[in-house]
Amino acid sequence: MKSSLSFLARVSNRIDPVDRRLLALLMALVLVFGLLLGSKLFDATSFRSMAFQLPELGILSLAMMVALLSGGLDLSIIATANLVALTIAFMFTFVPVEPGVAWVAWQLLAVAVGLAVALLIGAINGVIIAYLGVSPILATLGAMTLIKGISIGFTQGGILSGFPDPILFIGNGTVFGIPVVMLIFAAAALVLSIVLSATPFGRTLNMLGSNEAATRYSGIDTRRTLVSVYMISSLLAALAGIVMMARFNSANAAYGESYLLVTILAAVLGGVSPSGGFGKVGGLVLALIILQLISTCFNLLDFSQFLTLAIWGGTLIVVAAVSRLRSHFR
Amino acid sequence: MPSFLARFGRTHEARLLAVNLALVIFLSIFATGFFSLENVFNLMTSYAFVGILAAGLVVVLVAGSIDISMTAIASIAQYLAVSAVSQYDVGWAVLLTVALGTGLLLGLVNAALVTWFGISSIIVTIALLNVYFGLLMFFTKGDPINFLPDWYADSMSWVIAGADSNNPLILNMQILALVLAFILAWFLLNRLSVGRQLRALGGNAEAAKRVGFNALRLNMVAYGFLGVMAGLASLVQAQASQAVVPNALVGRELDVLAAVVLGGASLTGGSGSILGTVLGLMLLALLQNGLILLGVSSYWIQCVTGFVFLAAVSTIAWDYKRQQSALRRHIGAIG
Repeated sequence: MKSSLSFLARVSNRIDPVDRRLLALLMALVLVFGLLLGSKLFDATSFRSMAFQLPELGILSLAMMVALLSGGLDLSIIATANLVALTIAFMFTFVPVEPGVAWVAWQLLAVAVGLAVALLIGAINGVIIAYLGVSPILATLGAMTLIKGISIGFTQGGILSGFPDPILFIGNGTVFGIPVVMLIFAAAALVLSIVLSATPFGRTLNMLGSNEAATRYSGIDTRRTLVSVYMISSLLAALAGIVMMARFNSANAAYGESYLLVTILAAVLGGVSPSGGFGKVGGLVLALIILQLISTCFNLLDFSQFLTLAIWGGTLIVVAAVSRLRSHFR
Repeated sequence: MPSFLARFGRTHEARLLAVNLALVIFLSIFATGFFSLENVFNLMTSYAFVGILAAGLVVVLVAGSIDISMTAIASIAQYLAVSAVSQYDVGWAVLLTVALGTGLLLGLVNAALVTWFGISSIIVTIALLNVYFGLLMFFTKGDPINFLPDWYADSMSWVIAGADSNNPLILNMQILALVLAFILAWFLLNRLSVGRQLRALGGNAEAAKRVGFNALRLNMVAYGFLGVMAGLASLVQAQASQAVVPNALVGRELDVLAAVVLGGASLTGGSGSILGTVLGLMLLALLQNGLILLGVSSYWIQCVTGFVFLAAVSTIAWDYKRQQSALRRHIGAIG
């Protein structure tokens, strides 16, 4: 008995303290919701609905996380996602009717142009922040307004819809029962996790977020790193834009705006330090699962979606309070 | 006097004033109907909500924090106040007490949590925005209140001139409240000793605490003031739209931030002036109103606003950078 307990303690000590807290919260939630909902919670349909809904917020949160790690913030991710989706949607209106080589090539070209738009936005954000020295909140707030303004200007506030089958497959298809959007999110999270933990860029980013001046004096071109940060953030936002347009089968200047502040909540709940430097993809994924679980279960319990919003905010306040109390009593 | 002018000429406010004047001259020549007292009053009426909140937010920014939740606070304040007075016919005293009191109370909650958690105020207030707004929408189910009591709905609106024209000159509650908000914020920051303390806290929080300033008390003053302004703004907005819609205000918090930042307030605290905030708000209003009068499609206005905002913050940052390196050279030369 004693040895099995010490084994458990050893395993739990191996896990990052942030993840341990989130896992405990997750288990507590599963317990409470399990008691309230019974078998409905463990139903295949509720898992499927979670797997379809999580990726949008998930990929956007990854985009926010990269900027947060550098000690900044990217408020323009949703506007970028929408402009990319609109660009691709606009190109799709010229897609050849007959499936064939031209049909495939044109779709690939459309996506490539969309990604190029995202890279351009990221580069502009990065240059304004790194070389002109504008604070990230303000630079990306301005970028958000400008980008959304461009989207509204060109579409006159309307929507573009009706996409070819491959895009619809991304939005609603499954592979071996797993939604394609979930696979995209998993791939993005995995790649980002490797980039952050196993490449020189990832280490530079952590140093940059912890202490910008020290990083600069150690001979690293922090400004170029910052430009890369916002380009990666933008690229992830573009991916989220593609997922959103595929799920809704339409694109608009104002889709998903309510996600903006929630992505910051998710990242901070997942252990990403709001002042930069610290945070892991694993923690963020756990936080996203917690938020999605709360949302899905409240939905099953017939609570309003706005109560979910309040509880999401409340969760962050409680987590902040708990960590404050712990440091107080230590 | 000339030295005062020369000093003023180098400030951010002076440049903003020049840009605003240039815009006024340009629009007076090219936009019909722009240069009239009626248009000025109309503009002040429609920017009153954002302006009153800006007067509150600049105080919080000067104190080195930020608040994103003020639109949710305003929504709650107006819902409670207007429900109270339409349920029981109790009049102005109750309307004002409930609205301003709710704002003050939630502002104090914000201050306590921001100070106590010690994590960045933007994160705490984003979380609180979601809590306040989520609970409001949950309890009200998003149902609007469409009838305001007559004494509130029709009050404080005086026709000054042109009563029989189709665009009379009207002085109203919105304009008075906007002016009052800026006077109060100016008085708080420039005429009270607590104003200096707020500036000290924003300039260097650690130094201010060591000197013995109480950060919690100062944050309560700043956030409390913003809360009261949110209450005031909410009453003004409800009267202007003749209804209370729970989800009408949330989403405009970044507009308020934009106006204050255009006015030169720094997000790192310690700097920011009422004159700058007024000019920043004026720039936004002139730009948006001017473009409409010039016949630009309203779909493109946000694009222009975003561009001007980016240009402004880039200029401010670039200027600051140049000043810093000049200062370093100067120190290097004498040291």
